[in-house]
Amino acid sequence: MGPEILRDVSFHLPERSFQFLSGPSGAGKTTLLRLLFMSLKPTRGLITIFGKDRSAITRTELPLLRRNIGVVFQDFRLLDHLTTYENVALPLRVRGREESTYRSDVIELLKWVGLGERMHVLPPILSGGEKQRAAIARALIEQPRILLADEPTGNVDPQLARRLLRLLIELNRLGTAVLIATHDLGLMDQVDARRMVLSGGRLEIYD
Amino acid sequence: MTETKRLLKNLGTRISSGARGAVSRKQMPIVPPDNVAGRAMVLVIAIMTFLSCLTLGAVTLVRDTAATWQTQIAREATIQIKPEEGLDMASALAQARDIAASYPGVVDATVVDAQATARLLEPWLGTGLDIESLPVPRLVIVTIDPLSRPDFAAMRSQLQETVANATLDDHRTWVDRLVAMARTTVTIGMSALALMLSATALTVIFATRGAMAGNGHIIEVLHFVGAEAPFIASQFRRHFLLAGMKGAAAGGIGAILVFVGFYWWSSRNMATPEADQATALFGNFAIGPSGYIGVGAIVVVIAVLTAATTHVTVLSYLKNVDSTHPDSM
Repeated sequence: MGPEILRDVSFHLPERSFQFLSGPSGAGKTTLLRLLFMSLKPTRGLITIFGKDRSAITRTELPLLRRNIGVVFQDFRLLDHLTTYENVALPLRVRGREESTYRSDVIELLKWVGLGERMHVLPPILSGGEKQRAAIARALIEQPRILLADEPTGNVDPQLARRLLRLLIELNRLGTAVLIATHDLGLMDQVDARRMVLSGGRLEIYD
Repeated sequence: MTETKRLLKNLGTRISSGARGAVSRKQMPIVPPDNVAGRAMVLVIAIMTFLSCLTLGAVTLVRDTAATWQTQIAREATIQIKPEEGLDMASALAQARDIAASYPGVVDATVVDAQATARLLEPWLGTGLDIESLPVPRLVIVTIDPLSRPDFAAMRSQLQETVANATLDDHRTWVDRLVAMARTTVTIGMSALALMLSATALTVIFATRGAMAGNGHIIEVLHFVGAEAPFIASQFRRHFLLAGMKGAAAGGIGAILVFVGFYWWSSRNMATPEADQATALFGNFAIGPSGYIGVGAIVVVIAVLTAATTHVTVLSYLKNVDSTHPDSM
């Protein structure tokens, strides 16, 4: 068993809430996001997600619960053999939906994040910022109950960062809880939201 | 902000205006085919199918030939009368023939006359033989209705009581040996077939595991967009079913070509010593409609086996990954 990354961390993410998660590199921001996304199990302690105890969630329940969570990874995790459009539509495709039922929604979202002209392009051709936008669009497409974003504006210019932040704020107003892990103080200053600061494995919350 | 609201509302309420024509091309498979079942895999399946079909064809050939032999032998029985000092062979033969003919199920009973007996012995004793001067056993050929065989036990005891030195051979020993031989051959063939199908399934398991390991990043992404295990399995199964169908079809066609080639060779070489020998052993080298149906069935079985094996392997792989590396994301 490796070193304990997080300890005595206790918090609640209310529905429709908006918060930032910050802290120095290696403080455990990504680990905390992975715990919330149920891709890591805590070695001890209790995590309750959508009213269910994490340790009691079965393998069959896991995918269905994950469908309520949108995730934007630092390294994008786009599939290189699928076009931008196909990557963004992937969550809908795995739910078995017919393409004709979501095509217009995906195109509209892609246009809004500025990828309207790049929808048929494969990820290796996209710039870092474009990949970031595609990853955000993929997380938003199903309007999840909670969105976890790891440095979602890390690869975009300040203007696009503001635009993406507006999109996340609007998503939050429509009922999605948002947790953004970021180093970007400028980004945090743009919104009056709860700040959760991780340091030395401990969490401090500034409402 | 208005624009953002409109967009998200649209996403939330899923207003779908149907096709706009902007994205009309066919979507790429989630698991790229090149990553999964390469040519080597198709080739292995083709070879296994080819060998399975050849085995099945050989089994069919032996079974059919044995059945033909069995029917031919079962249609006849032989009464043999050994010569003895003072025995009136002609009347003994006539008596044996009459006894045999009196039984229901006997179609015909014929005495092999002296000339025919001499011809039978010609290869060993030469021509111009006076059969009456030699102590040669004489035969009565009894032709039987294979559907209602006579009571051989009763016929045998009556012959032994009535005609001196008469023995009845109903060829049961030969038929039993032939049936045993045919059954053994079919069992061996079917065991070989089962081994080949098992080897094919194992090959597919290794290939699937390789494909899963090579596509780990895709499985991770599918996991975090909420794909269920059966959906992920179906993405791999689709490719393996296609590879299985391609390989099995190629192997099946190859086997059919071999059978047709043998049939053509035996037809062209009819009446040559080689062909006569082969025909005597294997009939006319045709596997018949049941053989071709069997080849078709093998092709389907291997394609389905490939897909089913992949499905089970993927599910078990995902289960293992989840239980041993819950943080595989």
